[in-house]
Order: sequence, then structure tokens, then C-alpha cells
Amino acid sequence: MATMMVKARQLVHEYIRRDEEGNPIATQAALDHVDIDIEPGSFVAILGHNGSGKSTLAKHLNVLLSPTEGTLWVDGKDTSDMDNLWKIRQNTGMVFQNPDNQIIGSIVEEDVGFGPENIGVPTDEIWQRVEDSLRAVGMLKYRSHSPNKLSGGQKQRVAIAGVVAMQPKCIVLDEPTAMLDPNGRKEVLRTVHELNRKKGVTIILITHYMEEVTDADYIYVMDSGSVVMQGTPREIFSRVESLKAHRMDVPQITLLAHELKQAGLNLPDGILTREELIEALEKLQV
Amino acid sequence: MLRDITIGQYYPTGSVIHRMDPRVKLFGTLVFLISVFAYKGIVGFAIVTLFLAALISISKVPFRYMIKGLRAIMILMLITALFNLFLTPGEVLIQVWKLKITKEGVMSAIRMAIRLTYLILGTSLMTLTTTPNQLTDGLEKALKPLAKIHVPVHEISMMMSIALRFIPILIEETDKIMKAQMARGASFDEGNIIKKAKSLIPLLVPLFVSAFRRANDLAMAMEARCYCGGDGRTKMKPLRYQSLDYQAYAVLILYLALLLALRVVL
Amino acid sequence: MSIILDKVNYIYGQGTAYETYALKDINLEIKDGQFIGVIGHTGSGKSTLIQHLNGLLRATSGTIYYNGEDIYTEGYSMRALRSKVGLVFQYPEHQLFETTILDDVCFGPMNQGLDKNAAQLRAFEALHSVGIPEELFDQSPFDLSGGQKRRVAIAGVLAMKPEVLILDEPTAGLDPKGRDEILDQVAELHAKQHITVILVSHSMEDVAKYVERIIVMNQGSVMYDDTPKNVFRYYKELEQVGLAAPQVTYLMHELQEKGFPVSCDATTVEEAKQEILSVMRS
Repeated sequence: MATMMVKARQLVHEYIRRDEEGNPIATQAALDHVDIDIEPGSFVAILGHNGSGKSTLAKHLNVLLSPTEGTLWVDGKDTSDMDNLWKIRQNTGMVFQNPDNQIIGSIVEEDVGFGPENIGVPTDEIWQRVEDSLRAVGMLKYRSHSPNKLSGGQKQRVAIAGVVAMQPKCIVLDEPTAMLDPNGRKEVLRTVHELNRKKGVTIILITHYMEEVTDADYIYVMDSGSVVMQGTPREIFSRVESLKAHRMDVPQITLLAHELKQAGLNLPDGILTREELIEALEKLQV
Repeated sequence: MLRDITIGQYYPTGSVIHRMDPRVKLFGTLVFLISVFAYKGIVGFAIVTLFLAALISISKVPFRYMIKGLRAIMILMLITALFNLFLTPGEVLIQVWKLKITKEGVMSAIRMAIRLTYLILGTSLMTLTTTPNQLTDGLEKALKPLAKIHVPVHEISMMMSIALRFIPILIEETDKIMKAQMARGASFDEGNIIKKAKSLIPLLVPLFVSAFRRANDLAMAMEARCYCGGDGRTKMKPLRYQSLDYQAYAVLILYLALLLALRVVL
Repeated sequence: MSIILDKVNYIYGQGTAYETYALKDINLEIKDGQFIGVIGHTGSGKSTLIQHLNGLLRATSGTIYYNGEDIYTEGYSMRALRSKVGLVFQYPEHQLFETTILDDVCFGPMNQGLDKNAAQLRAFEALHSVGIPEELFDQSPFDLSGGQKRRVAIAGVLAMKPEVLILDEPTAGLDPKGRDEILDQVAELHAKQHITVILVSHSMEDVAKYVERIIVMNQGSVMYDDTPKNVFRYYKELEQVGLAAPQVTYLMHELQEKGFPVSCDATTVEEAKQEILSVMRS
């Protein structure tokens, strides 16, 4: 069997709260014995409300945090072994929520070049990589622009290009669309799906927008630091009530189908798209 | 308002000046600053003015855009000019009560205003034509010898380039917070100086909080992209002198020599 | 009581080469007690529009009347206007600055000239109305969760007892539950205290669920101004300017095309459900 891109076993992360003198007063488990398996080349979504522990998990994937207990392997490498640190960071790119706070360069292409510079890529190859990555996210014609003049969606695509330029096997996106308008959101999602399809990059999308994950291969739902639900989008969205109990939502069409079903119509579970709902209604009519 | 500050902003036009090595531009700025304070007489003034005008026109940065940067420091200029106007002893032109305006005062006020204006135009020309990253790369390379005596040259230059990148963002943020507090009935221009200072708290606290949050985010983003200091880093745009740069050095040295010679002669 | 905008224009960089109309010939009447949604993509002029309503931006030309008074007449108090027209900016939690939640909410009322006691009374009431429990009042606002911070910030404006409450993207970045909580509380304020509410939003679903009137902004002009039903009839035109109707609206149209005898007026899940059920059962 191929190595899992991400494999977590009983992963625990505890934050220690301290009083004013620095004595520990309480520990809080942000991750509570989490098991996760993500296959290479897949598109996996992690859902959860704010404070559910999903961002803590993201930081573990890039070794910005280390496990308190349990083990996390990224591409077969144990994240608690500090010798693996740079290799893992290079292999798993991170894209964060706030587009302004992750762009380091004052020119688009210089920002994209920042990562390759850090890992010691030769100059000529940096240029090649910068060009390829900007093309991959559709931002090549903005290469000499200042990031400040770009829209939110464009900035986020530059951030993605900055990660792509490091040629990672896996990209973790921590609520990349939370601060964007609907058009920006679409741009970013289209870009990420394309990277997954065309370049085979494993995508781990952390979000609380349900509409963004209907195309994912697999979904994990987190609450209070634990994985509380997992499955394909269809499996997850057929459990409307449990999702609501975890402060989550379902896409509008799924909700409508669910309510119609409860009102007595004989519809299948987990309807995700308008086409599916129409088809199901047509069958009923005959 | 605050957005009019053009210092630290890059204005891409792809001109010859934009393409020059940042070290040349740093040296050029230094030369120009010296010349602004060293010129003598109307001929010297003319040369400095011509030189500046030539640079601006070569840079293709619209003059109107450069002027915008001056507006923000108008007050500073006015104060300096007033000090000069009233406090320079000499031949009295007008006297109102105890305040004397002297002929020398008028002259030195004008000179001071011109010098300050040129100074700002000269330095903003550098920041307008050089990306902050190039600028700090230039500084880093120019100051490299200092690294031998354990001056953290790379860290300093990285800090500078980040600071420059975030200036426009923080300015915009200041604007936003001011408006948000004004919507809650705050006013920033009423009362005496103590009251005014106090009214800044609702602006400054959120601004600091946000700056720290951004710094935290940025540090994490940099780490995630494998940043670990200057060792082992390669450069996307390594600095290498082109023939253009040597020509520019020659022009700069000629210009400075000419001005200094004029000073001796006149 | 109402706000009237009469031929309002707002021009950026007037007299320069960059002259652009951020608002172009806006004529609107905002009646007392309405619940209005303002939609438009980024740069459509919606943020500029709402900043005119409380005098943070001044129209280049045209007049704005608040309760019949021209707010641009000499001596009209903008400060008084701002306490009547409360504006909650995007990410309002970024404006919190005091050491305790209660003090922060008191900031607005104190600026209105109330004494400490009266201000605290207002703050109590406002914090209650956004569902912040009393035991948190003495805590630092910086220790709260994102959703709570935002509600405290909204309370900071509510404590000024505005007659009109404008919220710019109040749910940006919140999770689904946090979003529903805030919008439900706003709807309750509107219902119980009869405050006029103007909700600026990107989410058509949210707007359709709560408001009675939608103003669609595009390139600085009002494109549509009508009930949700009537506005979302133009779903094709909305798409052309980078907007969209709620998912259920599309569904109803598609069902109709497939020969289902449904009407296309539904804009919320509840309306769509009733419509489909009535058709399927007959």
C-alpha cells in the first residue's frame, strides 16, 4: 500500500493556560485523540465551527505545532522528529485565512519566489518555478503588480502560487475563503481543484462553508478537538441533524431536500445538487 | 488624507531608473542629498533642479503622483519655514510687535523649503522606482562587510522590507478604525492637547492589537514557507552590476564633482 | 421619520485623471422601520453608500435628508446624526480597545454625553440584547471568541440607541451557527424595538431570509430596488454583474422548465418547500 499523505494516530494537542506568574492552571485539549488518514492525490475537507480544533490540526500538518501525545506522519515522516522539520514543511504548503498577512513580497513575483529562495533553489530555476506557479493559478499577468492593489481572491491565489512554487506534495488551506466575497471564493476553489486534478497535489481544505466541500473526496467533521463525523460528502450531508448539532450547516439544496423528505416526500438521502433534486422529484411524479 | 503618503510606495513604469541596481540608487540618493545641502548660488541651484527634473522625467513616474507625497509633510515644512522666517537675524523688512521678518529670514525660509522639498522628492524617487525588496537587498549587500563584526545585516534588511510592505496596509487600517470609532461618536480633533491625546487611545489600542496579530500571522506564514534566516538562501534577483549601472555611477560622480567644484569656485 | 437621498453623487479624485464615480445619481428613500438588504459585489459602491448615511463621507453633490432635515446645512451636528444612524463596520471586533467589555460598550453612550451610570445602563441593555452573559461583562474583550467579540462590538453601537442600524457584512468569517445567531438577534431587534435595519451582505441566502426590501448596487448606481421576490426574478441579469440569486430560486426556475407547475417566486427554503409540496401533493 502506498504511504498515506497524512496519517494521525491518537493525536493530542494540549494548550496550557497559565496564571499571571506563569504557573499552569489548566490544560485544554485542542486536539483530542484524533485519527486521520489522507491518501495521496485526494481532495479532503475538514469541517468544523470556529474553535473546533481544525486550525490546530492544520498547524500540526506543517509542524508549526508538535503533538503533545500520539503520532502524526506526513508523507511517512514523523512530525515529532525535528530532523524531518524542513522536509515536511517543504512537502506540505500552507495557505492561511488572511491574504494580507501571508504575502511577504511587495511585488507578486518576488513573493512567489520567497519560498524557493528559502530552500536554496538556484536562481534560474526560481524564475522558472515562479512563472509556472503563477500560470497555474492564473495570475501570470499580474507578476509585476503590488499585492496591495489586488482583490482578495487574487491575493489568495498569489499565496497559493507562493506555496506551489515550493513544489509540495500536499497543500493545506486553513479557511482560505473566510475573508473573501463570493467571486473571490469561487476563484480560489477553482484554482485549488485544478491543482488537485492537473498536478495531482493532495488538497486539505479546512472551511466552514458547506457549498465548498460538496466536490471533496472525503470529509472529516471536527468538534471540541475530536473527529465526530467522517465520510463522503453524500454520507455527511445526509445527516442533517447531526451536522446541526455540531454547529454546522448543510448546503441550501440539501436542506430543502431534507425538509421535503421530512414532510413526507419519498426522496433519497444526501442530495447535493439541484440536478439530483430535480431528478428525484421527476421520479416521484411518474 | 493618510492615503496620500507616497513614501515607501512602489510605482512600476519599467524605466531605466527602475532597472538600475538598487546599490546605485542608494548611492545616488546619498549623492543627491549631499548635493541638496552643498549647492551654492543660483547656478548650483539650477544644476540640482535640472538634475532632479531629469531624473523624474526619466523615471516616468507622474509628477502629480510625486507631489501627493509632499502634501502629507506640508505642516513640517511650514513650521521649519516659519522658524527660519522669524528667527533669522538681519536686515528687518517688516516688524509686527516683537516679531521681525528679515530679508535673510525670507531667503533662508525659501532655501529651507526648497531643500526639504527636494529632499523628499529625491528620496521618494528612490522608493517609487525600487521595490522594497530590491532596496533591502541593496542595503544588505552594501552593508555585508558589517556582518563580519556580527551586525545582523540580513535580519535588519528583512525587517525593513516587511515594515515597508505593511505601511500601506496599516495606513488603510488606521483610516478604517478611525471611521469605526467616529461612528461611535468619537472625535479626533476636539479639545485641548491632553483631550486630543486621550482621544487617540481608541485608535491606537486596536491598531497595536492588529499589528501584533498581523506580525504573528506573518511569522507563521514565513516559517511555513521554510524561512529560517539568511543562511543557505538563494536569491531570485541576485544583484549584479550591468553596464547601465557603471554609467550611472559615472554620471553621479560627475554631478557631485561639478557641484563641489562650483562651491569652491564661487 | 426617514432618510432620503436626493441625486447623491460621490466622486473620488475629482479634477484628476483618476476621477471615478463611486456613487452616481442615487435617489433612495429609507422608510422608518424597514429591514433592508444592500447587495453588490466588491467595489459596487455599497460601502460608500452606507458611509454617507451617517455623514462619514460627504457627497460631492446632492442632498441627504434625515427626518426631513438636510444634513449638509451649516451647523447640523454630524455627531448627533451618528448616534441616530448607528454603523457597524466589517470586522467590528477590530475596534475594541477598553479593558473590560462593559467599558467598551460604554464608549459610545459616553461620547453622547451620558454620565457613567446612564451609560452603563445602556451597555447592560445592549449586551443583553446580543446575548452576552452578565458574568463576562468585567472580562477583557480580547479574551472572547470571535463570534462573541463581534456581538460585543455590535452592542457598542446598539448602546447608542440608534434609530437606524446599518451592518456591513456582519457575518463575514463566522461559522454557520455564529452567523445564524447574529442575524436572528438583529431580526429580533428589528421586530421588538422597531429599529430600521440596513444589512449589507454578500450572501443572497441570508438577505432573502431576513429582509423585506433589497437594494442592488452596481458600478455606483442602484440597479434594482424592490422586494426579494421581484429582485430575484432578474437572476440572469444579477449573474451578469457578478451576483447570483439564492440556490432555491434557480431550482424553482429549473423545475418550471422541466414542466413542474411551480411558481418561481420562492426565495427561501421554507417558501420553496411549501411550493413544491403543494404541487407534488395535488
